[in-house]
Amino acid sequence: MAKSSSEPILWTLFSAGGVLAALLVPVHLFLFAVAIPLGWLRAPSYEHLMALAVLWPVRIYLFLLCLLPLFHWAHRFRYTLYDGLQVKHLNEVIFTLCYGGAVAGTLLAGYLLWSL
Amino acid sequence: MPEKPLNKTPVYTEFHPRWYRPHVSVYWWLGQWQYLKFILREISSVFVAWFIVLMLLQLRALRGGLQTYARFSHWLQSPVVIAINVISLFFVIFHSITWFNLAPRAMAVRYRGKRLPEIMISAPNYAMWVVVSVGVAWLVLR
Amino acid sequence: MPDTIIVEIPRYSPERDTEPHFQRYEVPVYKEWVVLDALNYIKDKVDGSLTYRWSCRMGICGSCGMMVNGEPKLSCATFLSTYARNGAGVRVEPLRYFPVIRDLVTELSDFLAKLKKVKPWLMREDERQLSQGEFLQTPEQLEEYKQFSMCINCTLCYAACPVVGLDPVFVGPAAIALAQRYNKDSRDQGAEERLAVLEHPEGIWGCTFVGECTRVCPKHVDPAGAIQQYKLTAALDWVKSFVMPLGRKNKDIDHAGKAA
Repeated sequence: MAKSSSEPILWTLFSAGGVLAALLVPVHLFLFAVAIPLGWLRAPSYEHLMALAVLWPVRIYLFLLCLLPLFHWAHRFRYTLYDGLQVKHLNEVIFTLCYGGAVAGTLLAGYLLWSL
Repeated sequence: MPEKPLNKTPVYTEFHPRWYRPHVSVYWWLGQWQYLKFILREISSVFVAWFIVLMLLQLRALRGGLQTYARFSHWLQSPVVIAINVISLFFVIFHSITWFNLAPRAMAVRYRGKRLPEIMISAPNYAMWVVVSVGVAWLVLR
Repeated sequence: MPDTIIVEIPRYSPERDTEPHFQRYEVPVYKEWVVLDALNYIKDKVDGSLTYRWSCRMGICGSCGMMVNGEPKLSCATFLSTYARNGAGVRVEPLRYFPVIRDLVTELSDFLAKLKKVKPWLMREDERQLSQGEFLQTPEQLEEYKQFSMCINCTLCYAACPVVGLDPVFVGPAAIALAQRYNKDSRDQGAEERLAVLEHPEGIWGCTFVGECTRVCPKHVDPAGAIQQYKLTAALDWVKSFVMPLGRKNKDIDHAGKAA
């Protein structure tokens, strides 16, 4: 039915990524990139973070936190390039770079999490 | 009978006087405040992607051992990185707020025939945002 | 309130001009006058060559859409006094993102072609006999699509939507909202056929939810909401086609058989 277009799945990934990003990215970014480096909050020890990260539920959580928001970015950025820069004629290139980038990031995340 | 696809070019009448066709500028998004807000909202996705990059770097540092992670934490404290991340934080929160405010429009939830007011869909989203954030913070900081 | 206001209008005559040139008219201001009254005053008393569309002058026919100080508005529903207050004058231009035939008149044939493409009429797979009586519809069923049925085809939403401007093939807010109006109608059975037409990058997926269309709509149709709901339906439909592929296939064969 939707064979003619890959848009439904890409939009679904975009939406799921958007929800996850909206709910989780602010707190993660605030903690690790702002509050802890600036010393507002006591830094968690390396041991504590490793102990958390090796747990399989946490690994799956972190994997999804990479996968879905990356596809959210890919979809949104692709359309921003079409609209904002009017470069629709570079269609194929943009499509490949955006979703390819998302796939690459996801594979890297999977590798890093697997080999923790 | 197979459905004819949407036209690849606009379809206009054959017989017409010479039209004036104004060109849409590449800077169309600067023409109106609403357009600019829209583009900023879309740009927020770049900062979400930046966060993923940070997280991948963090995972790589964790894998590398105590020393590597200490170097990574130190790098996070450099002024340029802090500045980028503070700006990212603003954009990422902007994404959350615009997302939760717009989500109800995509869902026509009806109760007894009447459409639920939008706040009844966005409020639980905001509540979940707070709960989840507190949960993650507790897990990380305890 | 000042006595007069300067109205600036781009004049374009296809026989003479290659580009519009602005012309300024001084128009009296009355508190009950709308922009359309100003245009009629100009045409009656000042310059009879001014060309523009209007009809009902009460916001229901959708003919008089124009850009008033850069905002898409119905000229019959926009008070002149709003612009007279700060003494700056008012600029009236043809609706954005459409070709201009003359002065304030835009070319709408492409919009009408897009509208026709989405099949905005009730489609039935099984024709109902007259003897079976009328279709019955509860108030709740009416609520599902009533908002989208308020569209007067004024194309203000097309003038507001940047995607329409950037991609001339994009079907556009009003057409998709009207497709939804029929999709959601309990009497209609054509949702699948419409989705087959619209599930393309130039259909519903071209929309990036800027939301301007909803903001400018004089009839509060909320085309942006209609399109996002449509995307959700299409996505769920796609998921279903994975989970129940056989069920779908049979339906397609039946439908194709009947259509052929």
